[in-house]
Amino acid sequence: MAESTQINSRKRFPFKLQFEPRLDTPPGWFSAALQIGAVIAALILGGIIIAVVGANPFATYAHIAGASFGSIGVLSDTLVKATPILFTALACSIAFRMKLWNIGAEGQFIMGAFGASAVVLAPLLPATTSAWIFIPVMMLAGISFGAMWGFIPGILKARFKVNEIISSLMLNYIAISWMNFWVFGVWSEGGFQMSPKFPQTAWLPRLLDFGKSVPLFRGLTTHLGLLIGILVAIILWFVIYRSKWGYEIRLIGDNPTAANYAGINISKNVVMAMMLSGALAGLGGMSEITGVIHRLQTSPVAAGYGFTGIIVAWLAKLNPIVAIIVSVLFGALLLAGREIQPSGIPKMIQGIILVCLIASDFLLRYRVRIVRVGEEA
Amino acid sequence: MDHPETQTPANIPLVVTMKGIVKRFPGVLANDHADFELRQGEIHALLGENGAGKSTLMNVLAGLYSAEAGIITVNHKEVEFHSPKDAIKAGIGMIHQHFMLVPSQTVTENILLGMDQPNFRMNINQYDQKIAELGQHFGMEVDPKAKIWQLSVGEQQRVEILKMLYRGANVLIMDEPTAVLAPQEAEVLFTTLRTMVADGKSVIFISHKLQEVMAIADRVTVLRKGKVTAAGVPTLGSTRQELARLMVGRDVVFQMEKTKQEPGEVVLQVQNVHAENDKGLPAVRGMSFEIRQGEIYGLAGVAGNGQRELSQIISGLRKCTEGKILLSGKEISNQPTQFAIENGLAYVPEDRTHVGSAPNLSMTDNVIMKNYRHEPISRGWMLDIPQAQHFAQKLKDAYNIVVPNIDTPVRLLSGGNLQRVILAREISGNPALLVAVQPTRGLDVGAIEGIHKLLLAQREAGAAILLISEELEELLSLSDRVAVIYEGRLMGEVREPDLETVGLMMTGTPLDQIAAPIATGAK
Repeated sequence: MAESTQINSRKRFPFKLQFEPRLDTPPGWFSAALQIGAVIAALILGGIIIAVVGANPFATYAHIAGASFGSIGVLSDTLVKATPILFTALACSIAFRMKLWNIGAEGQFIMGAFGASAVVLAPLLPATTSAWIFIPVMMLAGISFGAMWGFIPGILKARFKVNEIISSLMLNYIAISWMNFWVFGVWSEGGFQMSPKFPQTAWLPRLLDFGKSVPLFRGLTTHLGLLIGILVAIILWFVIYRSKWGYEIRLIGDNPTAANYAGINISKNVVMAMMLSGALAGLGGMSEITGVIHRLQTSPVAAGYGFTGIIVAWLAKLNPIVAIIVSVLFGALLLAGREIQPSGIPKMIQGIILVCLIASDFLLRYRVRIVRVGEEA
Repeated sequence: MDHPETQTPANIPLVVTMKGIVKRFPGVLANDHADFELRQGEIHALLGENGAGKSTLMNVLAGLYSAEAGIITVNHKEVEFHSPKDAIKAGIGMIHQHFMLVPSQTVTENILLGMDQPNFRMNINQYDQKIAELGQHFGMEVDPKAKIWQLSVGEQQRVEILKMLYRGANVLIMDEPTAVLAPQEAEVLFTTLRTMVADGKSVIFISHKLQEVMAIADRVTVLRKGKVTAAGVPTLGSTRQELARLMVGRDVVFQMEKTKQEPGEVVLQVQNVHAENDKGLPAVRGMSFEIRQGEIYGLAGVAGNGQRELSQIISGLRKCTEGKILLSGKEISNQPTQFAIENGLAYVPEDRTHVGSAPNLSMTDNVIMKNYRHEPISRGWMLDIPQAQHFAQKLKDAYNIVVPNIDTPVRLLSGGNLQRVILAREISGNPALLVAVQPTRGLDVGAIEGIHKLLLAQREAGAAILLISEELEELLSLSDRVAVIYEGRLMGEVREPDLETVGLMMTGTPLDQIAAPIATGAK
């Protein structure tokens, strides 16, 4: 930011900035250092604004950090918030990798939650079923419903060239209405806008379940979904960078014409990538509903995780492993929103970080040189 | 098609003269002191190969480019155009190959677009009437209220012409107007053009089709490599042979050192193949030929005569509507692309950056494009990254690819090196058939020689090679046999090609007609 003042005063100043496109690829550490630098710059900027409105930025940041990472209790809450974001971010990163703009992770997340709920509420399995059967069946249901919701825009694009941005976005609203129909009507608990609570056997295990044997875990709500998410992220990384299918996805994403020329069936891959994307979001919905909410209810399910996932996926540069870290940071910011008044501050910081990170990309592609005025060609 | 009985006595006034036009593009001298004259009421054809400088010269006249040197006069007044607007004010309008129309608007709206009248309050009905009348006057019936997307290509072209006439153009420049038209539509266009010149307008007709030029034009100017080789020759009394020779020249063909070898088994059989282009018009109309092991089959032709579509159907990127293609006895036509690859097809596409490579992926990712499905590059569903890197390193060393390392994205490579990457990938699988389209386009001399050597090495290794190129010299020096494609058909095939014969075939004369000595172009 200090540089911009130099640009403005270049008439008096004997030096000026010059941007040259980089012809080589900068090393990996440079990109990482740049991102950390961008986050620090964003925090400084945010601090200035906080100071301007009359608060102490250091105290504010300390409070945010404390509210998100300060104790094992809040850290656990942060991780709970990060879990659904991680799933939707993974869902977006696989689709975006192929330049398929799946804006429908929200709807696929909801459908996953609905599918998992249906197992309990329809009911497909009796309430007395053991957790060993309940959980896998609900996972399967969440995955299939999410995949189905991804399949629709996928097949429409592959067959009829329907723009997936529009179709996946519209399907979000259908998913919300669909869920409302069941929550408000068929599965409503005594007229309330929520379903009955699931039996305990249909809950994902939480750390507090082990509180008796490990006292440290008492009261911690982090659930198995996080572990599943991390596992999925690692598998996804292998799929993208080490598998034949991942190679096809990267090739299609970079140049579909070349992929076609290499003999890759693009239509089939479009449908498959959209289905996988939907399945991951759907699994996220299942994880949220069985790990946190324990009943089907509109507002906590349709909380915008699908849209946050888009941002997280981009910030992680579509890398599934990086997405884990970014999701936790976003979870922390979401949680801090509860703690600080006005709660707009964490959202603002979130926005500033995003802008700084995107702006820092410029430095990856351009080299900045300080040249003497009049020296440049 | 009968020729109109036009006389062109010398006292007919000159509408346009261009003298000593020089236009340079980076690395190319597109127009080298080119002269051009247009008389009132004539159809003047501009003939030449791709890249001869026809379109450049006309873009200078239409105000799109400004020349570095040279004088242009319109109606005996010296002019200087800074934009197409200046040119149209002087009465010169150009109709490009690609139409510049708004599909969702009506004919009238498109014609009025960008004009000062009507102003804010438009009374579109009144203009509809005017345009309908203008169309009738020149025998171009178009419904002024029709939306552009509803019109056929021929009708859209009429709208473009009307657009220029409405703006008061007296000189119409048409850049390869028949390239997009069906033969019947071309007939209609010719009638329209004749009506216009009868009305005192003048037409410049850019083309590379001799037959067409002979049929429609009064005079012809031939360009070759930016220079005028024939200025304003009357078409009456000139022969096709003469014009073809002026177009391709008589350069000595540089012979590559080629080992003598007898071709082996038949590898590729193309049997009466038909195919359509992207617009759904027939592009390949019944081609048959065979290529054997250890043989380079050169296919010459001016761009847009079906060679692109032919290479695509052979490589499985396009369906053929009729006929079939056999590779080593197996039918590969209308099969998934992968099928031909698995059966030994290698394909060097015309467009290296958009078709042949994935620019942001590494060199390693780019070289495994064709063999990633098999061991050793992949095992099961996993890629074997060390093996892929080993393979990339091997190609980098064997083909002298200049690249910092194998993880570099290929967009950072020079054109010649990128082409080496693509050729290395395609050749490394020891293909039975190599289809190479314009393999040396845009490369410098050193790189071209390197690519030629690689192609000849493949020939010696026993591959059948289909070389499609617009570079005649390249084709003649590398190929064992040269065939010429014109409007989707083979004009003939020669073993000891000379430029004149090839040039004639490229402009649409079948080989059997050339052999007869009386086959003059004059009717």
